[in-house]
Amino acid sequence: MSTLDKNMSLTSEAPDNINTVQKIGTFIGMLGLFIIVLAGFNVGLPNKGLWLTIALTALIAGIALFAKGTYKNKLEGIKNDGVWFKSISSRGYLAWIAGVGLTGFYIVLYFFAELLGLGVNGAENTGVVALFDPLSRLLSGNAASQWFVYGTLYTVAILAFGIKFLMKYKHNRYEQLRTVSVMFFQTAFAFMVPELMARLNSDSFSLPYNDLKNMWPLNYYAFEQWRVDQFINAETIGLVFLLFGVLSIFVVSPILTYKYGKRWYCSWVCGCGGLAETAGDSFRQLSDKSMSAWKVERWVIHSVLVFSLVMTVATISTYLGYDASKYWLTKDMFLIGVAVFLGLLFAVIWYFKKEELAKDARYGAIGYLVVVLSLITIHYLSGKELFLFEAGKLRSLYGFLIGSVFSGVIGTGFYPILGNRVWCRMGCPMAAILGMQQRLFSKFRITTNGGQCISCGNCSTYCEMGIDVRAYAQKGENIVRSSCVGCGVCSAVCPRGVLKLENDSMNGRIDSNQILLGNDVDLMDLVNKN
Amino acid sequence: MEHIVIIGNGISGVTTARHIRKLSDKKITVISAETDHFFSRTALMYIYMGHMKYEHTKPYEDYFWKKNRIELKRGFVKTVNHQEKQLEFTEGDTMSYDKLVIAVGSKSNKFGWPGQDLNGVQGLYSKQDLDALEEYAPNNNTCKRAVIVGGGLIGIELAEMLSTRNIPVTFLVRENSFWNGVLPEGESEMLNRHIKNHHIDLRLGMNLKEILSGENGKARAVVVAETGEELPCDVVGLTAGVSPNIDFLKESGIELGRGVKVNRFLETNIPDIYAIGDCAEQHEPIGNRRPIEAVWYTGRMMGETLAQTICGNPLEYKPGHWFNSAKFFDIEYQTYGWVFANKKEYETHFHWKHEDDTKCITVAYHKDSKLFLGINTFGIRMRHEVFDRWLTEKRDIDFVVHNLSEANFDPEFYKKFESQVLSEYNNQSVSV
Ligand SMILES: Cc1cc2nc3c(=O)[nH]c(=O)nc-3n(C[C@H](O)[C@H](O)[C@H](O)COP(=O)(O)OP(=O)(O)OC[C@H]3O[C@@H](n4cnc5c(N)ncnc54)[C@H](O)[C@@H]3O)c2cc1C
Ligand code: SF4
Ligand code: SF4
Repeated sequence: MSTLDKNMSLTSEAPDNINTVQKIGTFIGMLGLFIIVLAGFNVGLPNKGLWLTIALTALIAGIALFAKGTYKNKLEGIKNDGVWFKSISSRGYLAWIAGVGLTGFYIVLYFFAELLGLGVNGAENTGVVALFDPLSRLLSGNAASQWFVYGTLYTVAILAFGIKFLMKYKHNRYEQLRTVSVMFFQTAFAFMVPELMARLNSDSFSLPYNDLKNMWPLNYYAFEQWRVDQFINAETIGLVFLLFGVLSIFVVSPILTYKYGKRWYCSWVCGCGGLAETAGDSFRQLSDKSMSAWKVERWVIHSVLVFSLVMTVATISTYLGYDASKYWLTKDMFLIGVAVFLGLLFAVIWYFKKEELAKDARYGAIGYLVVVLSLITIHYLSGKELFLFEAGKLRSLYGFLIGSVFSGVIGTGFYPILGNRVWCRMGCPMAAILGMQQRLFSKFRITTNGGQCISCGNCSTYCEMGIDVRAYAQKGENIVRSSCVGCGVCSAVCPRGVLKLENDSMNGRIDSNQILLGNDVDLMDLVNKN
Repeated sequence: MEHIVIIGNGISGVTTARHIRKLSDKKITVISAETDHFFSRTALMYIYMGHMKYEHTKPYEDYFWKKNRIELKRGFVKTVNHQEKQLEFTEGDTMSYDKLVIAVGSKSNKFGWPGQDLNGVQGLYSKQDLDALEEYAPNNNTCKRAVIVGGGLIGIELAEMLSTRNIPVTFLVRENSFWNGVLPEGESEMLNRHIKNHHIDLRLGMNLKEILSGENGKARAVVVAETGEELPCDVVGLTAGVSPNIDFLKESGIELGRGVKVNRFLETNIPDIYAIGDCAEQHEPIGNRRPIEAVWYTGRMMGETLAQTICGNPLEYKPGHWFNSAKFFDIEYQTYGWVFANKKEYETHFHWKHEDDTKCITVAYHKDSKLFLGINTFGIRMRHEVFDRWLTEKRDIDFVVHNLSEANFDPEFYKKFESQVLSEYNNQSVSV
């Protein structure tokens, strides 16, 4: 062991060497970054539009060229050589630099936007934000904000690293299609459409910034008063959007998740997932696969879900309460409705799927339900704005802890250290809901191919969600896990063709029997009897 | 409490231990000279290639063993004394057992070549082999060229490993086409081309004569028997097969052939001593199987069977339909049932190859009854469950070719080739 480790570090240089095309790519990409940094130092760049175009083009071209240098002259196949030798992908020096840099960026972005040059109190933008003004004006007609800067860079990252991913997986059409899909949804739905829609806004008419695919509870402010009010005031269009938001939660998502599993959202549509799958692809092997990590995951993610649920209910009921004349739904109706809905949902799960829930899942479910219902009851009985906590404070606490720190600073900033899906795995309330459905009411599963598994561990290593895929595959079991985002990488990297993502009938989907084919049939009966 | 001692912590020993624990409360000890914990030997290549670290190749977390009361002992068993029911280790300590399971696996073949014990000459079987490779072939400065001797599954894995560190590889293969003792011609030839596409210097029909020594007892060059050519190199990989790792049992009184001789209950000639996995040799081959089956799946199946026997439910080793799989650089291979390179007298083949030269299938069937005998598939994943069923149901080739799509296991959205296969089949049937 010790000699091996010593040598490993010495040798890292061999597979890590970069070729000429990669060098040129690095140079061009760095140039793009450099321009943005220069702007940050308020170097007076004339013709910002031109410089911004150069910077963004250089970023995309640099990354794409680097990828080309990496994968050209290589035959189609799995490209994981040297992943654990390279500093950036094995928590080495470069990874820590990248992690610290990204985290710093997020902290500035969320809490010190002035540092980026955001003009406060009507002042002109300066610095980086000013560099992005021309593009923002072009799209929405307004000056840029730090969020516009972020949105643009985010989209650029998904596009550039998406191109890289397409080259890396040129032999795998599943990977290609879903990558094109996230690139499209990010560019069109998250970036262009909301900006263009903002053009429609005037003094008498305004729509909230609306990314149609960004559903509650991932979009935790979806039902806040100012948004709902704006929607209602915008009449037909607004109501259509509001209705679409509600329908997508209660109708569209359940149907799609039933048919295809949560992957339809997490690996094909979602922006967080999109960034994780493209820019974060080099870090997927860093996720923690231990049993203890799985336990933590289940408690944390479901607690976030309960938090976001309570927060949203509190927020909505507050404005329903003090402005009752405006909405046909009264606060009482709303609260009772939520309680009945949750109670029913729980009853249905309990009735149909009790056997499929592990012991801690049952305790957890009961515990959470009791907490939520008692909060609602207290609130209902005590009247007033009390939800034990004041709704507004709850909302800002959530926004700070979950919306900023968890999803941004930790979730993305720590990519190179904790892996690319920490947020999706531990923190996303949307993933919690979809996951619950995927586990209990969905046709999706990963089928294990009889007895072919050789326990090599590639699948588990490259599962970004930290699922120990091998633990199931080597027993001949299908993989049906709430956290699986259906990225398909476990199936891609398996050297023995053992795994296939499928939508098939619900019957026999979860089969904890050992069906290691090739064995004596009588023996298998015996093994399973136990 | 009965003490079950298992020598070997590979797939066969560990499977036995796990299943004994499921079935009983017996005391279990697993001994290994190789590593503290069970790891997947089949994944050795991925450690060297940087796809995984050693930790990732362990199928169970380290706490697993204690939790399941499976004791682990690191040490090399020097002798087995079956009269006293006692093992002796090289360190001098001893251990008593009530029942003994020999699951000691294989070692790389060395056929007495001059120079075979020089530094830098090695097989690829154990964790120690991997460490040695890391020492002698860390990169292409230290190892300017490697020569691999023996064209089987491990040889080609070694070639792939070295090529990921840009080390030039010369691959000496005794046969006149890669692995053609097992694979039919069309497949074997496709693989020859694929190997060369990966810039491996493939030398078919070539044998090793001797390995020349440089300074410090390190290999300097290899001499080819057929041409007398001297190939300078820093590492020589000996991958001409494996054989049971049973030298330490020579004086034990346990009946040995090439491996430890066992009956269908996996019992040796000595009561309370069993042998499984790579090191077990059946008195009589089972069906078309070889008496020694050095594959992962066999170790696993034997382990499950033996656990039943040891826990009071004597069970014969009765494997189902044969299957296996491998990967040749980028081309995955699976096989179900029997397809022989040297066709049996009753056997005929249908072969289809895709024009991109990375996918093909060969279906073996009975020339008179058309009974489906087996399939080899390259570059297309197929369903184990379906072929297992078709073999049991004794389907014929027509049925198999017409229903091939049911067996497809490729990821979603992949191109399908069933119609091409079918029209090729119809063409060939007409022309016959
Ligand atoms: C590189 C490589 C790739 C492979 N790929 C595949 C594949 O893709 N598919 C497949 O089916 N098979 C594959 N195999 C074969 C497969 O790994 C073996 O068949 C299987 O591991 C054998 O398991 P086993 O438990 O019988 O023995 P082993 O795994 O060899 O375990 C035996 C253990 O016993 C220890 N031991 C031996 N003697 C003593 C002693 N006297 N005292 C103490 N300990 C001792 C050894 O050190 C070893 O740890 C591959 C093998 C190699 C080397
Ligand atoms: S189990 Fe497979 S498909 Fe699911 S998230 Fe993990 S790697 Fe992706
Ligand atoms: S990658 Fe494939 S063979 Fe390896 S452990 Fe996973 S399922 Fe088994």
